[in-house]
Amino acid sequence: MLSYLKSSLIAAVWFVFLTFPLLVVKVNTLKGTVEWRWMNMLWVGLTALVLSAIWRWAMERREQGAREQVEDDEATEVKPSLGQRLLEEPKLFRPLVGVVALLALLMPWVSEMYQVTIWVFALIYVVLGLGLNITVGLAGLLDLGYVAFFGVGAYSYAILNTWYGLDFWVCLPIGGLVGALVGVLLGFPILRLRGDYLAIVTLGFGSIAKIVYENWEGVFNGAQGIDKIARPGFFGVEMDISAATTFTYYLMLVMVGFTIFVTNRLKDSRIGRAWMAMREDEIACVAMGVDLARTKLSAYALGAFWAGLVGVIFASQTTYINPASFDFMLSAIVLSMVVLGGMGSIVGVVIAALVLNLLPEYLRAFEDYRMLVFGAVMVLMMLFRPQGLVANVKKTYSHKVGGEDVLG
Amino acid sequence: MDYFLELVLSGLTRGSIYALIALGYTMVYGIIQLINFAHGEIYMIGAFVALIVSGVLTIYGFSGVSILILAALIAIVYSAAYGYTLEKIAYRPLRNAPRLAPLISAIGMSLFLQNYVLLAQTPDFLPFPQLVPEFAFMEPVAHIIGSAELVILVTSTTAMIGLTLLIKYTKIGKAMRATQQDLIMARLTGINVDRVISVTFVIGSVLAAIAGVLVGSYIGQINYFIGFMAGVKAFTAAVLGGIGNIPGAALGGLVLGLAESLAAGYISSAYEDVFAFGVLVLILILRPAGLLGKAVKQKV
Repeated sequence: MLSYLKSSLIAAVWFVFLTFPLLVVKVNTLKGTVEWRWMNMLWVGLTALVLSAIWRWAMERREQGAREQVEDDEATEVKPSLGQRLLEEPKLFRPLVGVVALLALLMPWVSEMYQVTIWVFALIYVVLGLGLNITVGLAGLLDLGYVAFFGVGAYSYAILNTWYGLDFWVCLPIGGLVGALVGVLLGFPILRLRGDYLAIVTLGFGSIAKIVYENWEGVFNGAQGIDKIARPGFFGVEMDISAATTFTYYLMLVMVGFTIFVTNRLKDSRIGRAWMAMREDEIACVAMGVDLARTKLSAYALGAFWAGLVGVIFASQTTYINPASFDFMLSAIVLSMVVLGGMGSIVGVVIAALVLNLLPEYLRAFEDYRMLVFGAVMVLMMLFRPQGLVANVKKTYSHKVGGEDVLG
Repeated sequence: MDYFLELVLSGLTRGSIYALIALGYTMVYGIIQLINFAHGEIYMIGAFVALIVSGVLTIYGFSGVSILILAALIAIVYSAAYGYTLEKIAYRPLRNAPRLAPLISAIGMSLFLQNYVLLAQTPDFLPFPQLVPEFAFMEPVAHIIGSAELVILVTSTTAMIGLTLLIKYTKIGKAMRATQQDLIMARLTGINVDRVISVTFVIGSVLAAIAGVLVGSYIGQINYFIGFMAGVKAFTAAVLGGIGNIPGAALGGLVLGLAESLAAGYISSAYEDVFAFGVLVLILILRPAGLLGKAVKQKV
């Protein structure tokens, strides 16, 4: 206990020292005044005192957990958590899905248009999260410029629609395909390299895409962006804004369902297993005869495809896009959804995407601290729960030998 | 001709800043194969601390060179402290985790530090005081190279020479080289590997802080987001020179700075960041090991 107190005190003093110039002093060089915010120092000290004790306790538990895992290495079966078991129980899971689907269908009828708009964006994030989940979660390729593909989709619809008058429904697949194509193009140079290079190249690409949108006036209309983008039509039915939003909402519901279906099927397919093998160990994966180039590019392209697709819907919903909508923060938010939800886990990503998007909407006070918390959450998740909120359970295949189950 | 010379010199200035930051990336990568994404943020914090210290000192009536020296020293101390703490919290517990984990943790830290500075200070650009005085002897060549540029070139060269000496001739430098070659073997020979890694982070942070102070007074304004682009470019420089290779990072920084400056001067300045990225992609296609790096075969 005493040692806890001592280390906490040291940590508190250390963090007070660390945060002193930034949190306490605020200098205005133009007016020549200094503002000393001593109260912040007190808060930092107290918070550090408490948090470091919790930190130490959590670290000890973590090490203990790691030791136990080494000890019973024989029983490699990871114990699923309570939530996990609930989710896997078909008797519970199916009605739950039914209720959620029903609520989702009824939502626009019982709430205002403002709410529906919020949900449309939340669902857009869900699809983005699921798309990135293919690249990062299943294939283990860290993509930090995911927003670029989203932007590619949105801009291709905006340009095709405002210049050539192409319909939403024609552009929807085009947006997805253009996204996938750009993904493949970008994937080529980095095929032979390790994953961390991919992270930095995609990061660079994300910021470059934004610079190009901002500066290429002729095509992207520069920083002003493109406006008067058509909303999706439905067999020529006239819709006012509220009806159009509701329509987009249902469209997004279908999209989410479609994405979940496809990723779920992909996960169990040959290519999906190749992705997961690649994620675990590239060399072993190649040794097993998996074509690495094709596997990487397909993971990359499929992830980008969803971003492009949903980019088209985003452009049609806002009817106005500009480069500022596609900055790095969006990529970071989507990535933190995937990490928080559990890499590779579909249910987890959906829940995380909804929570991370709706929480700041309904808790406005939280808004300013959003990115700060996201950053901290990413670090903490990696330290204490790298598998995410809802871990992706590895599928075990078994075959029967002489009537007895043999784990394969 | 003067225009060309001016571009070359500003390219070298820029390049030596990239090189200073790139050294931090490359040293860390050489030892633990981690892209320290938050390194750009350490540089940003260095610049902010220098700005705050120099602001306070100006108001309390200090003058000239004493401000520059004090601001730089305090910035260095703080950046080093942040670098050390960063490693201890976000990377050390993940030493044996899968590859993606420390990388994501690094990105999280980068987001956290950016927003921490944003919330603690301001989202706006802050004017950075001109810490470097105009030297009288620079008068005749002032149209080609400014005093600030000269100071940057001299300081960064000194810092790099200092680093080379440190790594070549001191005990900790020897330990760092041993750890870089083989972490487990180094541990077996009695080297405190954790300490070596901490020292590596601290040295990288010191260099980043120097870069932050220099660039602040050169460009004249900073905000919480400057670490992002600087980080990407410095990483590009590190890859260009061959990541893990210390002279490579210096060379990569200079080449990148020159390429950028010439491209911005003769082609278009709006796309200056695009050129840096283009260089990165070209290098990755043509010579993934970098200019000075050796292709390493992965052992199974």
